[in-house]
Order: sequence, then structure tokens, then C-alpha cells
Amino acid sequence: MRKLLTLGVSALALTIGASTANAEGKLSIYHWFEYIPQELLNKFAAENDIEVTMDTFDSNESMLAALKAGKLGSYDVSVPGDYMVKIMAGAGLLDTFEPAELSNFGNISAQWMDVDFDNGRHSSIPYQWGSTSFSVNRDVYSGDIQTTAILFDPPAELRGKINVLDSQGEVLAMASMHLGIPQCTSDRGQLRALNDLLQSAKPHWASFGSDIAKDVLVSGDAAAGMIWNGFSAKARAEGANVEYAFPKQGYVVWMDNVVLLKDAPNRDNALKFMNFLLDPVNAAVVTNYAQYTAGVDGVDGFLDEAVTSAPELNPPAGGAGQFIMACSEEVQTVYDKIWTDLKK
Amino acid sequence: MARKLDIRRFPGFLPITYLCLFLLYAPLIIVMVYSFNDSNSITNWGGLSLRWYAEVFTGVESAKFKAATINSMTIAVMAAITSTTIATLAATAMLKAGRFRGKAISFALINMPLMVPEIVTAVATLIFFSAIGFTSGYLTILLAHIVFCIPFAYLPIAARMQGIEDTYEQAALDLYATRFQAFRLILLPLMTPGIISGFLLSFIISLDDFIITNFVKGAGIETLPTAIFGSVKQGIKPNIMAISTLLLLVSVIFVTLSYLVGRMGQNKK
Amino acid sequence: MAGLIKQSTSNTSTYAGLGPLLMLPSWLVVGFFLVLPVSMMLVYSFLTKEFRGGVIWEFSLAAYDQFFFDRGLFGDAPPVIEWTYITIFWRSIWQAALATVFCLLIGFPTAWFIATRTGPNKSIWLFLITIPYWVNLLIRTISMKFLIRDTGPLNEFLMWTGMISDPIHMINTNFAVQLGLFYSYLPFMVLPIYASVERYNFTFSEAAADLYASRWVTLTKVILPFVKPGIIAGCILVFVPSLGAFLAPDLLGGAKNFMIGSLIEEQFKGNAGNWPFGAAVSMILLSMVLVVLTYYARQQSKVEAR
Repeated sequence: MRKLLTLGVSALALTIGASTANAEGKLSIYHWFEYIPQELLNKFAAENDIEVTMDTFDSNESMLAALKAGKLGSYDVSVPGDYMVKIMAGAGLLDTFEPAELSNFGNISAQWMDVDFDNGRHSSIPYQWGSTSFSVNRDVYSGDIQTTAILFDPPAELRGKINVLDSQGEVLAMASMHLGIPQCTSDRGQLRALNDLLQSAKPHWASFGSDIAKDVLVSGDAAAGMIWNGFSAKARAEGANVEYAFPKQGYVVWMDNVVLLKDAPNRDNALKFMNFLLDPVNAAVVTNYAQYTAGVDGVDGFLDEAVTSAPELNPPAGGAGQFIMACSEEVQTVYDKIWTDLKK
Repeated sequence: MARKLDIRRFPGFLPITYLCLFLLYAPLIIVMVYSFNDSNSITNWGGLSLRWYAEVFTGVESAKFKAATINSMTIAVMAAITSTTIATLAATAMLKAGRFRGKAISFALINMPLMVPEIVTAVATLIFFSAIGFTSGYLTILLAHIVFCIPFAYLPIAARMQGIEDTYEQAALDLYATRFQAFRLILLPLMTPGIISGFLLSFIISLDDFIITNFVKGAGIETLPTAIFGSVKQGIKPNIMAISTLLLLVSVIFVTLSYLVGRMGQNKK
Repeated sequence: MAGLIKQSTSNTSTYAGLGPLLMLPSWLVVGFFLVLPVSMMLVYSFLTKEFRGGVIWEFSLAAYDQFFFDRGLFGDAPPVIEWTYITIFWRSIWQAALATVFCLLIGFPTAWFIATRTGPNKSIWLFLITIPYWVNLLIRTISMKFLIRDTGPLNEFLMWTGMISDPIHMINTNFAVQLGLFYSYLPFMVLPIYASVERYNFTFSEAAADLYASRWVTLTKVILPFVKPGIIAGCILVFVPSLGAFLAPDLLGGAKNFMIGSLIEEQFKGNAGNWPFGAAVSMILLSMVLVVLTYYARQQSKVEAR
């Protein structure tokens, strides 16, 4: 027992020492767990002689809450999703940079330059992107799946066997696309229709779940389920006969971005890191590891076959993908009410 | 006479105990089986393989998981020891020290960590730590864990202490023992089952905590739960099952050793 | 409750006068690191929400208003009583109560069995109860889900034995939620009861038996009153955390309905980002639990005073 205590105390001493010495040559990252390979961090650390520390979060919203509750100022960069970039910018949590500060800035794919959440890329660079829609077990249902009716007005075979993501943003965005109304509409009639649609669809749903989105499809607990494209590819690789849909009414496109945080203790190193990630070689390493898609030009030659050939990762040309929008406060209040009513 | 031998037994209690153990261990069998899965899946069987064990020890992320496991274990042990100590003193005060000021609200205070929803404790603690300039890291996690472990240690100890008569200690005091000696030599041994229970409960509650840890952690420190819950981008893979199985193995070895030590102690007598 | 606060029989106190000293560590630790932050949350519940998390330092009753009054989808209808959150509270309380009863029914016999073992075996049994909890709750819950799903081992086994011909649907039902809660908190019932049964003096049972009391009478009239502190401690440790639990209800029950835990979680970690409301719901929950516990403690002291 005494040994254990000594061990613990020395571990304590170590960590206190580590957290107080905030000298140059450091970089503090706030990231998702298992979303960047450790080798890449090691490579960056070795190339630039920088000591990299990474903390992790489990959702965009918990990252936002933690930053607002006092963690701002202890990290240099973070990796929020698209709509969260806008929210963070609006809350004054982001710093800006000039394109000239990043020598690889020109590598950013043209289509991801002038995005709605950061027009011209002043605070963020693309990390990985993908889509969210749904997958259907082809053993259970063989009809047309390229429609959002699979979720909101499902065919008899799928009723009561659907899992939807436990995520307000994604569910309400898909529902809006199904109705053909704009996201974050402030029109009362449209909002009522949205509410009615969800109420009428809920009886057909078996469960709400995000962590389990892949496993319910693989295990057969659900015959259809909202899912991220990368997870659907994994489900297929695990032996489930599922097909990922790019419905004609639309689907959600998401993009994770590396942002420069306000009050970054090591701003220069943060920019070095962002520049490092814009190098196609490094971006490809992330893509091969995470199995999503890079937002950088010139990665193709470095990608694994598994990534380039996966149908889930390659949406049809002219697909109707939309980013989730960050609604105004008034609309968000109604959205919250709709969501609470749905789950009360 | 036969009837007197029976007083410890109630019909049905033994089957219920077995049912209880079955319920507790059945899911673990799944965990162990799937740690040997050859596929990436935790739901589909893809053949027998040791690849996830290889990954735990030599894989890309092995260092991260190893560190997370060590952090979880050391934090749980230290938090359990500290909170059990604090709770033992508190229980002695509440049940053995007669009246004193503030006793009435002390019970509510001790149990407060149990009553406040975890996410509220998490956000509030983070705001508080930031406000007083306390850098997030190992120490903040440990402190937060000590706080929420206290009621889990206190309640079993207090339940045990309830009704332990003062007579033995009074006798000891009459024989010129100090109060500290009375505490150490008489009360403490009598309380042991309560203390063990309290320690074990705080240990497992600390080992399992995600929500609070997720907010107060920092400086690159992960615990096993934050690593597991954080795996949303990759999904949970059988490597977690392998780590869990290894932890079970460690705990079984630990228990076997303590059993053997206990038996040796018995034999000496 | 009072059983866990003060001694009922003895009138001498060995450590008289040392109370405050012995309590000091708890006061300091809990007071500084929990009561202080949480009282800040109490303040937050009376402030104006900042959009998407945080507060604006302006007094507001909006959070409590939202809890008790429904003003329609757009917030401009005349207020009527809001049943949504009351329903969520009721659902959580009911689930937690049920889980407590199940834990007690299985936990008491188990604790009794362990406490009546002899020698070092006793602590081995205690470890056996807690070892499964070395595995993370999420993993255990996922495995439980695996076991009980339609094509899972349990159904396959039952069908193999011929007891059933079609799988019993358990996933996403209340039964699954109960099983999950039960599985999450069982040791919290067993260990405190064990700690109190272990002290039980079997001469009481012998005396009862000599007086021709049946087993049942001995159990209810002699043993249960003696181990009551342990049972109460166990019930608190299962009931209160079950109230706020959401992992088992979400994963096994399908998360189709909010529980108190997930409702509060949503306010801090969801799109809602309504901290004052999250704080207000927590304060309502906290005061309810406090009122019940205090009321019970009072009742107990009255009984004991007689």
C-alpha cells in the first residue's frame, strides 16, 4: 500500500510539474479520442521539437461547455464540427489568422474554402469530412432507399426497427429535408409541420442512439438506422448487409475543422500544427486512420484502397448534401421544445 | 438441535445468491469471449484470434490505453483510501461523539455528492477550479473523485457502526487506554466489514466515473472511461474487451492472493 | 435515516467533544469542493441564459417558469401547467423505486449468504460481488444488451430448451431498463447490508427459535429491524443514483423518453445549452431528495424518542 501511495504521489508531482511549466516548444490540443494517429503527433513533435499534449472530448457540445466553463486559454487548437465552428466564433472563442501565416493554405480544396461557417477560412482549416444519412439492411428491405421516407414514413418491413441518432441537430435537419423546408425556418406553419412529422414518425422508431448506431445494424437489432458514413462502412466490413443511402431529398454533410482557439498559449505552434495537417501526406495519414475524407487537395496518391473504393465515402455527383445550420436563438428555442416534446 | 443449526439459513437464499452471481457474471462472459474476436466487431463473431491482445500491448494506441488504465487504477485507489478515511472519521463523529454543533446538517452535507446530478457537479466543479486558478490535470480529477466517493464510503460504514455499543470502549478507557487507543484497538476492528464495503464501493464508483472526469481532466490525462466514451469517431473495438478481460484477470489474481494470505493468517492461529 | 446519524441506545459517548474535529475533513472537502460550486449553480438557476451555454448576470425566473408553465410551441400562448417535466420526473422516480426493490429482493439474500460464511471466505465473496465492476459500465451494459437481444444467447438458450418457440422481445422495453439499473447498482445494495448483517448476533435467532417463532417471523421481527440501517443505506445508494442514471435507460431502453439524468445532461451537453434550466431542474431534484431524506430522519428520531 505504501508503495502504491508513493507511486501515486510521484505521479501527482509529475503531472503538476508538467502542467505548470508552460514554456515554448509546446502545443496543447483539444481533440476527439482516436481521431488522430499517435504516429502523426509523434512525427509533428519530432519535426518541430515541440512537446504535444492532447486532451479529448466526446461531443461538440461538451467541448463547448468545457471551454465556456473555464478551459479556454489552456488549449491552442480544437477540432469542432462545422456548425460548432460558427457557434464558437459567435461566442468569441476563436482567434483568426491570415492565409499568409500558413504556407500550405493553398492546399485547401476549393469547395471547402468559402463555407458558410467560416467564409474564407479565417479561423479554421478542414480536417475530415463525411456525411450523415442512414443505412438499410438489404436482407430486410430491398426496395428503393434513396429517400428520407425510410426514416419518416417507413415501409412496413422497417417499421419499429429503426434507430435514429440521439442528436437533435441531425434528426431535425433530416426531417426538414424530408419536408422540403429550409433548416432553421422561422415560419410557424413549417415549424408546426416539422413537429407533427416527428410525432408521427416516432412510433416507427425502435430507439434513439448514437454510440450504438453501428452495433444495432451489425447485430440486427435495427433494420435501418441513421448513421455516419464511416460507421456504415465499418458495419459493412463487419459483415452486415447494409447499404448507405444518399437520399434525393438531401442528407447531412459534416466537416470537422481544426480551429485556432482564442487565448492560445502557443499560437505559433498551433499554426505550425495546422500547416502540418494541410500537407497532403499528413492529411492522408489521418484519412487512412479515421476512414473519412480529407478536405485537402493532393491526397489521392497517399490513400489506401479501402478508403478510395468505399461507396459510403464517395457520394454521387450532384448529391444534395447540406451542412447542419446553427439556428438563431428564437428558432433554437422552438427546436428545443420540439425535441423535448418528442422525447418527453 | 437440528433446528438451531439452521438459524443461519433461509430456504431460497442460496439459489438467489447464485442467481445474483449469474446475473453479474453473464455479461462478462460476452466481454471475455469477444476479446478473442478476430473481427473488428463487438457484435459479430469472426473467428478466434489474439490480435486485440497484441494490439493492447504493441498497437499504435497501446501507450494511450496503458496510461489511461494506470491513471484510472491509481486515482481509484487513492480516492478510495482518502474518502474511506474521511468517511470513517465522519461516521465516528456522527454516531459516537454525542451532540455537537452542525451535526444536523452534516448528514445532508456528506450525502450531497450523491444527490447532485453528475453533470451539474462536473460543470460547477470545472467553473470553480478555473475560477480559483486550479490547473486541470491529475490532481483535479483525484480531488473530484474523493468528493463524490465520500457518501459511498460513509453509508456502509455508518450502517455498520450503528448499534455498536460503547461498553467495550468504555471498559478500555476505564483501564487507562487513551481515546485514540480505544478507537484503534476496539472500534476500528469492529468497523472493519463496513470499512471494507465502503472502500470497495468507492473504488468501483471512482473507476467507472466518466461525466465528472470528462470535464475536470486536463494536461493530457485520460482515464479508461474517458478513453472508452471518447471513442465515438472510431467506435468501440474489441481492444476494450481485451483490456477489460486483463483487468478482470488482475482483479482475480489480487483476490486469490488475498485469499491465500488470509488462509496463511488463519493457519498461524 | 436517523440510524445512520446517531446512536439510538447508548447514552455515553466515547468520543464526546471530538465531533467537530472528526467531521472537519468532510466539512472542508465537501464544503469547499462541492457545496461552494453547487451553490453557484443555485445562483445560476436564477440567471438569464446565454445562448448555447453560459449565463448572463441578470436575475430571471425563466428557468423555473419553463419547468412549471407551458406556453406553447412558440412561447406566446397563455400559460398552462407544464406536464412534460413532471412526467419525466415521475418516470425516473418510478424506475428508480422499482430498481431499488429488485436490488433489495436479490441483494438481501446475497448479503445474508455472504455474511454467514466463515473465515477469510467472507471477503472473497465480497470481492466476487465487486469484481464485475472493474469493467466499465458502458461495456457491461453493451454486453447485457448483447445477451438479451432477440437473437442473443438468452433467447437462443430458451428456444433450445423448448421453453419458448419465438424469441422474447426484451430490448427497448422497461424490463431491459430495470435489468440495466439493477445491474448497475447491485453491489451498492449488497455491501452495506452485508456490513450490518455481519454484526448480527445469532443468539437472537436462537432465542426466537426457542420461542417457536417461525423463520419468517424471525426474519421480519428480529433480523430485519436489526439490519435496518444497512438496508436504508443500501436503498439510498441504489435509489438516488438510479434517479439520475441514463446509460442503462438509454442503451437498453432505447432512449425514446427522457429521464431526469438525460434531461439535465441535454441542457449542458446538448443543443439546448440552457444552463439556468439545467441548474433549475437539478435544484428541484436536489431539494426533493433533501426534503424526503429530512422528513424520514425526523420521523425516525420521533420513533426512537418514544
